[in-house]
Amino acid sequence: MSPDARGTKAPPLLVLDDIRKSFGAVAALRGVHLELHPGEAHALVGENGAGKSTLVKILAGAHAPDSGRMTLDGHPLLLRGPADARSAGIAVIYQEPTLFPDLTVAENIFMGRQPLRSFRRIDTREMNRAAERLFDRLGVRIDPSRPARGLSIADQQLVEIAKALSFDARILVMDEPTAALSGVEVERLFGVARSLCERGAAVLFISHRFDEVFDLCQRLTVLRDGAWVSSDRTADLTVDEVVRRMVGRDVASLYPKQDAPLRDTLLEVRGLSRAGVFSDVSFSVRGGEIVALAGLVGAGRSEVARAIFGIDRHDAGEVRVAGRVLPAGSPRKAIAAGMALVPEDRRQQGLVMELSVERNATLARRRALSRLGLLSGGAERAEARQWTTRLQVKTSRLAAPVATLSGGNQQKVVLAKWLATRPRILIIDEPTRGIDVGTKSEVHRLLSELAGEGLAILMISSELPEVLGMADRVLVMHEGRLVRELSRDEADETSVMFAATGQGATA
Amino acid sequence: MSLTDTGVTERIANTSPPDAGRPRRRLTERLLAVRELSLLLALGALILVTMLHNDRFLSSQSIKDLLLGCAILVILAVGQTLVIITRNVDLSVGSILGLVAFATGELFLAAPGTPWPAALLLGVALGAVCGAVNGGLIAVAKVPALVITLGTLYAFRGIDYYWAAGQQINAADMPRSFLRLGNQTLLGVPVLFLVALVVVAAAGFYLHSYRSGRELYAIGSEPAAARLSGVPVGRRVFAVFVASGALAGLAGVLYAARFGTLDAAAGTGLELQVVAAAVVGGVAIFGGSGSVFGAALGAVLLTTIGSSLAVLRIDPFWQQAVVGALILAAIGLDRLLAARMAARLRGRSARGA
Repeated sequence: MSPDARGTKAPPLLVLDDIRKSFGAVAALRGVHLELHPGEAHALVGENGAGKSTLVKILAGAHAPDSGRMTLDGHPLLLRGPADARSAGIAVIYQEPTLFPDLTVAENIFMGRQPLRSFRRIDTREMNRAAERLFDRLGVRIDPSRPARGLSIADQQLVEIAKALSFDARILVMDEPTAALSGVEVERLFGVARSLCERGAAVLFISHRFDEVFDLCQRLTVLRDGAWVSSDRTADLTVDEVVRRMVGRDVASLYPKQDAPLRDTLLEVRGLSRAGVFSDVSFSVRGGEIVALAGLVGAGRSEVARAIFGIDRHDAGEVRVAGRVLPAGSPRKAIAAGMALVPEDRRQQGLVMELSVERNATLARRRALSRLGLLSGGAERAEARQWTTRLQVKTSRLAAPVATLSGGNQQKVVLAKWLATRPRILIIDEPTRGIDVGTKSEVHRLLSELAGEGLAILMISSELPEVLGMADRVLVMHEGRLVRELSRDEADETSVMFAATGQGATA
Repeated sequence: MSLTDTGVTERIANTSPPDAGRPRRRLTERLLAVRELSLLLALGALILVTMLHNDRFLSSQSIKDLLLGCAILVILAVGQTLVIITRNVDLSVGSILGLVAFATGELFLAAPGTPWPAALLLGVALGAVCGAVNGGLIAVAKVPALVITLGTLYAFRGIDYYWAAGQQINAADMPRSFLRLGNQTLLGVPVLFLVALVVVAAAGFYLHSYRSGRELYAIGSEPAAARLSGVPVGRRVFAVFVASGALAGLAGVLYAARFGTLDAAAGTGLELQVVAAAVVGGVAIFGGSGSVFGAALGAVLLTTIGSSLAVLRIDPFWQQAVVGALILAAIGLDRLLAARMAARLRGRSARGA
């Protein structure tokens, strides 16, 4: 029996009908329909700001819809809070991990549901064992008794997934769970999702990666600007068709890196090492060039970027900017030398969520914008306006807190912040993580433009098409070492993956 | 019907990276142990230095005095720890203590025959009511606890002054049996200190072993995530303020029993000592970590400093400076330990998974 046939016969498990939700004057959802069938994975796609995350929050019980009906098994479903959603069997994996840094991994998974022993005491040993069983199921190794603080984003995401699995959920909602995961981890996650489906659960999967969407899901719903566009079987759809529905227009070529004349070497890294993290990393980047740092999650790419920028100290080696040695361990000197770093985790490292768009955009430029030590509001606003316009940041007003923006627009604000420092070298970590197709190509066009203006760009990316489309040269890392350098012509999916997985490592 | 029984797991287990000898000991617990050990060392050094100067510092009488002296601060520090762990603070504890102490005296004036256990219960109840006022205001006004309890600090003290109207209650006004509670010893240990020990042990056990106890840490560690995990944040925070108030009430009754002489100024300024004890004891002021044992040790250390500086004949001014230096040293130590742990954890996650 094909999944399609099963889907049409079984009554839907969860039905959302004409769901509406507004935040102040902004309508986030304008009449959304969704039917989840038991045993089916259902994809939800749409550009950033299309309302996907709002819908997830409603399913999670974190937001109450303004109007509309929800039914579970044909009975009206009322969620007064996250606890209600939980007891209804809805588990959610959020886009941004929501962990307690001070508590252990196992406690994070079982908060409020810890296994108990006599006198209702928490059975810590059993809890750790249960967490280990979940990780075994996911095929990963994370120490359940370590604190969540300091986990990489991929590991945090895995803890979130383990948390959702621990519910034995009837409905599993995954809001871009794969953004930070490596290929193997994604495969395992999908294996778990499929086995949940086989047991009659329904999965709602949100992703910008179409290969994954078509791989996992039987049905697909498109949202655009908070409104429902279509729901179809994935078998009847093509990627082009889906993209057209998402953006409501044809998207220009996805990866438009233009050839730019190469200038002098701006960034030179020699023998950079940090004990236990990476060792003997050497490469250079010239003005006008985009160099991609590829590799699996955990290969040490972000750590190299942090060391180059001076956030972490390195044990050996040196970094030269335009021929001059950069003092180690000083981001301030790195900025002064014309370097900018757009970090991977923009929520924690790139933005002050409570501050306004304009404050964030000009955060790295305070000195230049101040007179006698006082920040000039006018200068700040003018500067912010210039960059937000150039980057097409969608915000109701510049004074709005960054937290109110969608993921793609937040990324643009981080970019604006660093571009405002007029850098010569731009290091950008996962430039389009969790960003919709439209914004993605805007970011790519912008990077290409910047290279054309003579910037040296070092781009860390886990998305192969992005690496292949954007990079003039590809450096591949594997377990803390630079194992391969590929020119644009040499680089293709096979050669990069071959090197990234450590096969035939000949640097 | 767990998935673990299927062949999938086996395949996964085979493809997973080799186990690189996972560390078994809980890092968080070790960090706390280090923190509490450093407090004990500081306490030991302090006692040693003082003893070298005056060997009667460790006589059984002065130890008894010391334990008696720190008992009330320890009880308050436990309540404060519960509050601080949830990323809040209770500045009204000194005023609650003063109000309850005076109320206890008034109770014995009005009804001299009241048995002391009844007085104790009434005092705890009055403290809990004050705590409920704090918790209720915080829940309704949605204003940081710092501001609310700063307000109630003055409000409760004001009620105390209005009630007392300049009058003083003396030991003679209170029954013997009650006053004995304040100075009696059991096997050489002051009863007051035993009460404090029981409070510390109970709160420590609760925080470590009960779901709602762990939820307090979750709330302080990441309030938004706690809400998403279905933790009843509002209810827990309210309960924590009631508990802090009740413990301040208990401390108030014990204060009355110990000193006998009461006016409206009892316990003035105590709140900052209590917060200092918690911070010195390693309770993170932004919530999410720390233990009542640490806070209790912090309270003992602060009390000991007070009496040993007196023995060493050091100007009381320096006592304040020493306490200040100690707070800064404690924060420095916390930062150092946190940085070292972060480095180790980062290294581990880069290699693993």
